[in-house]
Amino acid sequence: MTAGAETSTPRRAWRGFAVAAVAAAAFAWLVMQQGLWERWLGALFPAEAKPIYPSATLAQLAWEHLVIVGISSGLTLLVGLPLGVWVTRESGRDFHDIVAAAVDFGQTFPPIAVLAIMMPILGFGLWPAVVALFLYGLFPVVSNTVAGLEAVPVDALDAARGVGMGKVRILFAIELPLATRVIMAGIRTSVSINIGTATVAAAVGAGGLGDPIIGGIQVQNPAYVLEGALTAALLAVLADRLLAQTEGLLVPSHL
Amino acid sequence: MIRLEGVTKRYGDTVAVDDLTLEVPSGEVCVLIGPSGCGKTTTLRMINRLVEPTSGRIEVDGSDIMSASAVELRRHIGYAIQSVGLFPHLTVAGNIATVPKLLGWKRERIERRVAELLDLVGLDPAEYGTKYPRQLSGGEAQRIGVARALAADPPLLLMDEPFGAVDPLTRERLQAEFARIQRELRKTVIFVTHDVDEAIRLADRVALMRDGRLQQYETPEALIDHPANKFVHDFMGADRALKRLGRVSVDDVMRAEAPMIRDSDAEDIMRAACGSMRFVYVVDAEGVLLGWMDCVDVAGGVHPDEAITRIAWREAAVQSGSSLKEALSLMLALGFRSVAVVDGRGALLGEIGLADIESTMTAGDSHMAQPTEESAGEESS
Ligand SMILES: Nc1ncnc2c1ncn2[C@@H]1O[C@H](COP(=O)(O)OP(=O)(O)OP(=O)(O)O)[C@@H](O)[C@H]1O
Ligand SMILES: [Mg+2]
Repeated sequence: MTAGAETSTPRRAWRGFAVAAVAAAAFAWLVMQQGLWERWLGALFPAEAKPIYPSATLAQLAWEHLVIVGISSGLTLLVGLPLGVWVTRESGRDFHDIVAAAVDFGQTFPPIAVLAIMMPILGFGLWPAVVALFLYGLFPVVSNTVAGLEAVPVDALDAARGVGMGKVRILFAIELPLATRVIMAGIRTSVSINIGTATVAAAVGAGGLGDPIIGGIQVQNPAYVLEGALTAALLAVLADRLLAQTEGLLVPSHL
Repeated sequence: MIRLEGVTKRYGDTVAVDDLTLEVPSGEVCVLIGPSGCGKTTTLRMINRLVEPTSGRIEVDGSDIMSASAVELRRHIGYAIQSVGLFPHLTVAGNIATVPKLLGWKRERIERRVAELLDLVGLDPAEYGTKYPRQLSGGEAQRIGVARALAADPPLLLMDEPFGAVDPLTRERLQAEFARIQRELRKTVIFVTHDVDEAIRLADRVALMRDGRLQQYETPEALIDHPANKFVHDFMGADRALKRLGRVSVDDVMRAEAPMIRDSDAEDIMRAACGSMRFVYVVDAEGVLLGWMDCVDVAGGVHPDEAITRIAWREAAVQSGSSLKEALSLMLALGFRSVAVVDGRGALLGEIGLADIESTMTAGDSHMAQPTEESAGEESS
């Protein structure tokens, strides 16, 4: 690769990021077009008298969904990243296997069951949903953080210690930059899963795009189901693209 | 000064380093040599505390290395690791700048230093500074590793086979460069190598190890002429007279007044330059060696321009700082009885002949001519 190709990469990464940002704005505009959706869904399902979910606007539902996902994914990162780092440190290495098993278990446990268990403790609404989604999304973040950090070349670590870098500096200047790509892959997986799974949050009254899906199943109106499912799917794709472009900005192209 | 006192390192049942006592005075180069697995790397890594000794004591400049922080210690000891270990996410310049950055140098000073070091290891700063380790050959990466170790100008250097992956020509150049800087800067160096010739050339003293134990720690001459045991004798090799030549620099033996002409000189000046000479060197306006003119041909009526043999000085001359051994092997390779000595730019400095090498071998101290007989005696016993 020539030096010229190297220097043009950040510009390309910024362009990709800008495209994703424009797509996000277009999505925001789209969910605010209540009338437009009504006409589309009406055309698709001419048999339904009410083709659009009546209890809340799509914009409200999408916003609620984003809040649920934002809080739970935020918590997942806040806990998952340090946890992944800790079990690869000297002080936490003994807990490596326990944490891996626990986090793995958290993901295999069905989120709907977590909701059922959480309800008596946390009641109805946002918080049982957030706890369930937080636990559910932890696995890819922790396991990829561990995998990314463990894949850092030992001779680079050795050299870093040899030139007199402290542990904290080695973590932030050498290990994390070299592990970013793998860690970001884990974050993307976690967020994508979260956006889809968050639709079950409606079952405990947390709202979001699960509302029209569950409502549509109850009253047997496929238009409501499509409204919620399509928007959630678009949101998941969009979030993944945005995170992918963020990754492009964080990770030098030559790694 | 580096002092190791009864240092032992065990890994389970393996004794990597066994009761090693060694003192490297300030400003000296100690070359650590020995077969693979004899404990060279382990020894280096105990000095900068990457490995903790099982027992024994290590002092750097008079104080126990355990008395201060390991991180602080390492910042003042340059370390070129055996596996190079460049940081893949940083450019070449970023890699070299690691320690200066840790020490908080100003940006311009770091940039200047990086360019200087790239020059030193023979890589063009403009071309290589922005490259990433993945884009380098093994030998190039190794040179960057050395540059990184030298970056903050540490008084102590630990170099683990720093030229191991470099081609012979470049290695020769880097060795000459190393010897030159060391004469000026007088750092305290422990240099690990597998290459006996490299050891002989660079060492003030050679420490020869085997299975974690020190076999002999003396000047290269002493190891060649008075090996402590059969292992040392065998390890140093049979060609002792030749090995000794590796200790003498061409600069100390060459004759500076080599007959020469400029390629722009007029025909009669060229003819006159010959005199009783067999040939004369030809240089350009800057003094860079271009080739030589055959005086026998000129005397026989050939036009001087036609009698000039043009050569590439990198291939047909020895550089200042090279050893007599290299001069001799170049003469043998080219089939000449003499060879030109040039500086780093190719400018003609002088000439060295087979006879000069011969007289060095016989004129030196009395035991210089004896090794052949000595070794013959040992071999038959
Ligand atoms: N971390 C370790 N764990 C176990 N054994 C080790 C370790 N490091 C080194 N050894 C052993 O200690 C001995 C000395 O190793 P060392 O790396 O010092 O050798 P060396 O002289 O540098 O060899 P080479 O020339 O191949 O680099 C070897 O037998 C090696 O297997
Ligand atoms: Mg080694």
